[in-house]
Amino acid sequence: MTEGRGRAHVSVAIAGSGGAGVMTAGNMLLEAAAKAGWYGLMVRSSGPQIRGGEAAALTRIAAQPIDGLDDRFDILIAIDWQNVNRFADEMPLDADSLIVGDPDQGEAPEVYVKSPARHAKVPMKATAKSIAGSWPNMVALGVAAGLIGLPKDEVRNVVEKSLRKRSDTLTASLEAVDAGYAAAAEIGADYTLAPPAAKAGSRWLVSGNQAAGYGAIRGGVRFCAAYPITPATEMLEYLAPALAEVGGVLVQAEDELASANMIIGASYGGLPAITATAGPGLALMTEAIGLAVASEVPIVVVDVMRGGPSTGIPAKSEQSDLSMALYGLHGDAPRVVVAPNSIADCVVTTQWAVHLAEALQTPALVLSDQYFGQTRAVVDRPPDVAFVGSRLTAPANTEGYKRYALTESGISPMAIPGTPGVMYTADGLEHNERGTPSSQANDHGRQLAKRERKLAAHDYGSQWADVEGDGEIAVLTFGSSTCAVREAIDRARRDGVNARLVSIRLLAPAQPARLKPALEGARKVLVVEQNFGGQFLRYLRAEYDIDAEIRSFRHPGPLPIRPEEVYRELTEWSRA
Amino acid sequence: MSTAPAQAVTWTPQDYKSDYKPIWCPGCGDYSVLSSVTKAFAMLQVKPEDTVVVSGIGCSSRIPAYTSCYGFHGVHGRSLAAATGLKVARPELTVVVAGGDGDGYSIGGNHFLHACRRNVDMTYLVMDNHVYGMTKGQPSPTTEPDWSSKLSPGGTGLRTFHPLVIALAAGANFVARAFAGDPNGTADILAEAIRTPGFSFVEILSPCVTFRPEQREWKKVVHPASVQWTDDPARAARRVMTDDGFNVGVLYKGNRPPYQPPVGEARKRVADLEKEFAI
Repeated sequence: MTEGRGRAHVSVAIAGSGGAGVMTAGNMLLEAAAKAGWYGLMVRSSGPQIRGGEAAALTRIAAQPIDGLDDRFDILIAIDWQNVNRFADEMPLDADSLIVGDPDQGEAPEVYVKSPARHAKVPMKATAKSIAGSWPNMVALGVAAGLIGLPKDEVRNVVEKSLRKRSDTLTASLEAVDAGYAAAAEIGADYTLAPPAAKAGSRWLVSGNQAAGYGAIRGGVRFCAAYPITPATEMLEYLAPALAEVGGVLVQAEDELASANMIIGASYGGLPAITATAGPGLALMTEAIGLAVASEVPIVVVDVMRGGPSTGIPAKSEQSDLSMALYGLHGDAPRVVVAPNSIADCVVTTQWAVHLAEALQTPALVLSDQYFGQTRAVVDRPPDVAFVGSRLTAPANTEGYKRYALTESGISPMAIPGTPGVMYTADGLEHNERGTPSSQANDHGRQLAKRERKLAAHDYGSQWADVEGDGEIAVLTFGSSTCAVREAIDRARRDGVNARLVSIRLLAPAQPARLKPALEGARKVLVVEQNFGGQFLRYLRAEYDIDAEIRSFRHPGPLPIRPEEVYRELTEWSRA
Repeated sequence: MSTAPAQAVTWTPQDYKSDYKPIWCPGCGDYSVLSSVTKAFAMLQVKPEDTVVVSGIGCSSRIPAYTSCYGFHGVHGRSLAAATGLKVARPELTVVVAGGDGDGYSIGGNHFLHACRRNVDMTYLVMDNHVYGMTKGQPSPTTEPDWSSKLSPGGTGLRTFHPLVIALAAGANFVARAFAGDPNGTADILAEAIRTPGFSFVEILSPCVTFRPEQREWKKVVHPASVQWTDDPARAARRVMTDDGFNVGVLYKGNRPPYQPPVGEARKRVADLEKEFAI
């Protein structure tokens, strides 16, 4: 991977037992790299314990923007070996890798002893002990930063910034970082990064959960009802103070049934509203989402997907709520389902979801996942887009007002409480145009058709998907799998295999008329997704008529879809 | 507790009624409750456009559309959650939540607890007839343990739920019992409940003449409470746990400030939030 004056990207894992400070070290490494002009990201991985237990900060630093982790790690720094073997599958190492262990922490687990990687020893604990007030994770930070060639000043600045209120440990920590740099120099391995790309515009250091929260606010959301759930909680925690700053409000609900109904109540009252949850919470919200469909109240629900079913694997990513998002409501209940396909895209796509919900008076579901939600990444500032929630409202004293009027577009003016002369009762019971409950076949048929029509008639524009390239082999994917697919396609292209990417952002309503031209000329379509059962494949089979040979590449979480496995599948099939 | 309006009367009780014909059975207590609600609105002269009646599912939950106010007829058991979102988002509105004992005490039980505890400024009236009427006669949490039905032959054998005591324990700021057969008295209590800041809970005994015809006798046994309301929840709880269940009147009035986070007061422009992310 060495290119010119250094590596295009380097992957560093810092692991250890809980409380060893691996996340702090990882975050500081990422932040220092960001300040120095690099791009990068950090995925948090930890065992099930609330405190303690094993933890790993999986970072990747690069000269150019990157969306996901690499297939392998260049460097593993183990502050100690406490259960670090549990991460072996998540941190593949090879002969080009380096394992840095502490000789005072005992023998490395067998999986690492047998690894073809080079081994180096740095007495992090003893070094920290010799510098009163310092900790081994600061030594580890110095080792990592030294090995990849981060300017020491940037690392010192980050340490100073985060410890500025703790003068007792600041000096010691800086000294420990220096010691780490010295140890790295002694190891004599060269993982130096290529200099960062010239700064084009402003960059952000942001997690997908923050990005989605900010996107919601940009779209006009001013109300959130929150029930904590891993891995969506950070989005709610971001929104609590952020909404207050812009005149909005967050209410903690007693459960997800309440949070979904609260946002419906707030939105019925005219305030654009959102909630964020994960699979188990979305399951509880489905009845209320159906109410929002029937009563035509705009709401946005962000599902930060995790391993399922049931409680599943709460802190690890999986794209396995797709079927529930698409089909998990009773009755014929059209809704909008969108999926961001990068961390930066969490801003724009959540903003878009608010726009669509408001414009179409319907629920919009956003399928994020744990990978996006809990990963912090250095990204180019997402573009400003004109998606701002705007609802068609009823003017005061409209003669003969009908809340559910059968308009050509399917969208009917919505009266907002406080507006005189247009009072009505919003209803989850099937109703006629006025909103009067009705069990008559003609009312049911017309209202079903109206609710379908308003979604079908909308022009979703180019935002519906990212279509890149024109190869005869195409990869069809969605959400976070797009990150690995994009990188795989880049690698394949360098090897002379011309593949195209179609990453569908608008999953519902399905867009067969748009997918057809996007796949024009493609003879082979590789469908990539991160779940066991092939939910995306089944959806494509049901909703689209794809005139090409189709192959599915998938596996469930918690292992991410990696660029290399997609690359292999792609290049082998293209030569077949 | 008479509440003669200070200003000129603009709206009569009739003005708060819609032209919909209720689906209720002849003789249902809910007709009287509807009339008490509209009377209370007229006493307070609330503007119909600034008043929202929110409900869940059940016979009594059909009430919003029978008023001329804004209405929200949501899903079973979740009326308090929807109303909480609405009121927090739009604090200037008058929010009244209505439903039955199954909707409020069984499927909606958790929301009932937390609505009392949260103390958002709204009034929750439960038309309690000790039965699921819409599904044609099953026991609810307030049904007597020996009441036999197809779903519970020989009775449930379960002790009944005591909504007033639970409301007190959970922190409701206003707790009262009313009787549908006394529409004027109920209207007075509802007006008082709406006027009192915070979460007001009014349990209204509302007979189901179809599935619980014996409740026609309630009118013979209800009686006004012999003592005034108290601001001591322990005394109120003792009173209501030892009475005959037919004591009607305001039981408890507290002075807890309502829950209302500020809304609509922006301190920053949206774009300013980006600074937190900028490198």
